[in-house]
Amino acid sequence: MTKNHRLNSISAGTEAVFHVVIGLFSICCIIPFVFVIIISLSAESSIREIGYSFIPRAWSFNTYTYAIQRLPQIWRSYFNSILITVVGTFLSTLICALYSYALFRPDFKYRGFFNFLSFFTMIFGGGLVPTYVICTQILGLKENYAALIVPLLVSPFNIIIMRTFFKSSVPLDLIEAATIDGSGEYSTFFRVVLPVAKPGLATIALLNSLAYWNDWYLSLLYIRQNKILQPLQALLMELQNNVEYLNRMSASLGASAIQEATRAPTQTLRMVLVVLIVVPIACAYPFFQRYIVAGLTIGSVKG
Amino acid sequence: MNEKLPARAAGSGAPNWFQRNKKTLALLSMVTPGAIWLLLLRYLPIGGIILAFKNYKIFPRNPTFWSNLQHSKWVGLKNFEFLFKTDQALVAIRNTLLYNIVFIILGCIIPVAFAIMMNEFTKKFVAKAYQTMMFFPYFLSWVVVSYFLNAFIDAQYGMIPAAQAAAGKEVISWYTNTKPWPAIIIIANLWKNVGYSTVLYLAAITGIDANQYEAAAIDGATKWQQIRYVTLPHLRTMISILLILNVGKIFAADFGLFYNVPMQNGALFSVTQVIDTYIYRVFITTGNISQSSAAGLLQNVIGFVCIMLANAVVKRIDSESSLF
Repeated sequence: MTKNHRLNSISAGTEAVFHVVIGLFSICCIIPFVFVIIISLSAESSIREIGYSFIPRAWSFNTYTYAIQRLPQIWRSYFNSILITVVGTFLSTLICALYSYALFRPDFKYRGFFNFLSFFTMIFGGGLVPTYVICTQILGLKENYAALIVPLLVSPFNIIIMRTFFKSSVPLDLIEAATIDGSGEYSTFFRVVLPVAKPGLATIALLNSLAYWNDWYLSLLYIRQNKILQPLQALLMELQNNVEYLNRMSASLGASAIQEATRAPTQTLRMVLVVLIVVPIACAYPFFQRYIVAGLTIGSVKG
Repeated sequence: MNEKLPARAAGSGAPNWFQRNKKTLALLSMVTPGAIWLLLLRYLPIGGIILAFKNYKIFPRNPTFWSNLQHSKWVGLKNFEFLFKTDQALVAIRNTLLYNIVFIILGCIIPVAFAIMMNEFTKKFVAKAYQTMMFFPYFLSWVVVSYFLNAFIDAQYGMIPAAQAAAGKEVISWYTNTKPWPAIIIIANLWKNVGYSTVLYLAAITGIDANQYEAAAIDGATKWQQIRYVTLPHLRTMISILLILNVGKIFAADFGLFYNVPMQNGALFSVTQVIDTYIYRVFITTGNISQSSAAGLLQNVIGFVCIMLANAVVKRIDSESSLF
């Protein structure tokens, strides 16, 4: 019989094994990102000699300078990504908060109906092609920024999370008190309810901004000609099978890249783009992590 | 219904219709933007399902959507036939089901095991650090993940082929060889999602009353028995619900994973094609709106039935936890 030194805890040996298992997996989760950063900073000569390596023979900032100076499409795509994320996050969060607030109010007459309206879309839909046809043929969502923003505006899942947040953080008495004080519905919502539900709002805003920042699917469907509107993710996806794509795009933007194209470090360039996409997420990540955990825990508990 | 929040007593005299229904109107106006979106982008496409039963063609004289739709002939179930003519659709269905089964099993066992292990760590800040690291991949897009993978297996410069070449071994061409891909797909999916599930399960475990463990320990329960008789019963509802909901979604695949991670390589379709990518590719390569709508409809109807069945099962186990 072994005696534990600490009350009701596992033996030091077992804990060490657990640390190895969990630790290894955790490291595996971030090592590819570190690797891609190293590749993006490796000198071309080194890559040609020994391939991608954690310890390149020589370091260089060349690909970054090349990307920044010679490839205007990268700037344009960065701008597109930011624009789509900012506008999309603002609109989708506002719409979600309004919708879920009405669903949360027990005295809203048509609560059941609108609840079903949003919920039903989680379990049945028209499918990819009918949605595509309706969006492009009737709603005019093609080859424009709206096509990259509108299709992600409402998420029934977020509505459920936000409604749960309202339920758990906003006492009904508070709304009642505000109404008795003569506050209108909208001023109650913006001045009384939203400040109380701030953590929930932050969670929804973060989920939305990640959805927009990470989106490539909408560009795949709706941006097929006017490729100048592509956000970074879509640009990166084009490069999967077509490493010269970025040079051609930039040449069409008037860059002097045509002659450069042959000398362009296209392989490392893709890794530079990956870094440009992930760095904002990685920087903001430590701050938003706890909101997301809170939001997803709530959302998963009760649908 | 309306007693809880009395209408404003401000306007005296006989209130007109607008004054009496002010609250309802205000709340209605709040749901309006979302409701319009749902109607246009979710319900209108459900109406678009009729495309699956027509032979949708573009009429050059007046190529607007409504005119095309009116002039296109009804063809009944003919659009569904192509699905059974080649084995492509069958391969996609087989892949979708097999991958999802593996994802469901491993995606449940591994996170639960990880969460139980992490809960035992004596240094809580270390557990926190692990959690932060393993949650990270969840926030990345599949496009980004495809390049993370590419860094290791790129045919020209990838770390593994380069190492093989340096060691004088035969170099595997990863993007054309189907053999390693089932494993790669499964690992990629676990890599991206295990952290997320672990965090959820860990949150549930931390919520268990510590007294229960102490009581069990005093009664002489070993650590293993505590897990068996305290932790797992607490997680049972959550595990079964997530399991069953995932079973409900067994005909739906993660498009991004199967489209991006193999970098759209046609040579790998036999092991990476799933229903969702198949429908997309049928649509893009043939441009046949009706046939691809039909394939999508079939998938959605089966998916709907699966979810309803799954929900009915959840309801029987624990009516509180059912989806609806």
